[in-house]
Amino acid sequence: MTIHSIIFYLLSSVVIVSTGIAVTRRDLVHAVVYLIFTFFGTAMIFYLLGAPLLAALEVIIYAGAIMVLFLFIIMMIRTEPSTAPLIPPGQWWPVIGFCLLYITAGFLFMYQEPDFWVFLTPAMATPGAFGRFLFQTHWLSIEIISLLLLIAVIGALVLGKPAGKKPNKTNGNRI
Amino acid sequence: MIVPYGHVIVLAGIIFLLGLLCAVTRRNLIMIVLGIEIMLNAGALAFIGASLRWQQMGGQAVALFILAIAAAEVSIGLALIVSVYRKYGTIHVDILEKSTR
Repeated sequence: MTIHSIIFYLLSSVVIVSTGIAVTRRDLVHAVVYLIFTFFGTAMIFYLLGAPLLAALEVIIYAGAIMVLFLFIIMMIRTEPSTAPLIPPGQWWPVIGFCLLYITAGFLFMYQEPDFWVFLTPAMATPGAFGRFLFQTHWLSIEIISLLLLIAVIGALVLGKPAGKKPNKTNGNRI
Repeated sequence: MIVPYGHVIVLAGIIFLLGLLCAVTRRNLIMIVLGIEIMLNAGALAFIGASLRWQQMGGQAVALFILAIAAAEVSIGLALIVSVYRKYGTIHVDILEKSTR
C-alpha cells in the first residue's frame, strides 16, 4: 500500500460520507455546504489521477460558481424544511429497484471485467499539454460548448424575465 | 501504483447512486437539481479514471465538457425553478402536482 493509495481511500471515504450526508439533509443550506466538501474531495482525487487543470476547474466552477448559485437561489426562495418522511412511501420501489440493479451491475463488472484489478500508474497531464491537446484535437467541441453556454445565458435571461405585457398583447390580437 | 482501476469506477458508481437516489426520492426541486449535479460529477470522475488507465487525454477532454454542460444545466435549471416559484409560490413537487392538476 503506497502513500497514493492511502490518500485515495481517505479522500474517497470523505467524498462518499459527505455526499451521503448532503443528500439526506432537510435543510437545503446544509446540503449545499456538505456538497462543497464533496467537490473539494473530488478535485483532490482528480489531481491524484493526473488532471491538475480539471482539479482547479472543479474547485472554481463546481465548488465556487455552481454552489454559490445554489446558495443564492436558496436565499431567494423562502422554504421551510418539511417534516414529511425523507423517502415518501410511493418511492420505496424505485429506490430498491435502482439499488439492486446497481449492486448487480457492480458485482458483474467486478467479476467479468479483466481491467478491474489493473493498477493505475501515476501520470500527469500538465495544463499546457492538455490545453494544446484540447485545442488541436477537440477545437470544434470547444466551439460547440461555448455556443451552448451562450444559449444557456440567453435562456436564463428569458426565463428570469418577469411576465409583463406580453399576454395582454396576444389577448388584444385575439379580440 | 495508485489503486486498481476498478476501485475508481466503483467510487464513481457509489457517488452516482447517491445522486440518483437524491434525484428520485427528494420532493424538492432544488434537491433534484443537486442530485443531477452529483451524477454529472460522478461521470466526470469515471472518465478521468479511464483516462489514466489508458494514458490518453481524451477522457480528460470529455470531463471538461461535462463541467461546461453542468454549468449550463444548472443555470437553466435554477432559472426554471425561479420561474416556477414565481408562478406557483412553492417548489415542493407534491404541492405543485396538486395545484397544477
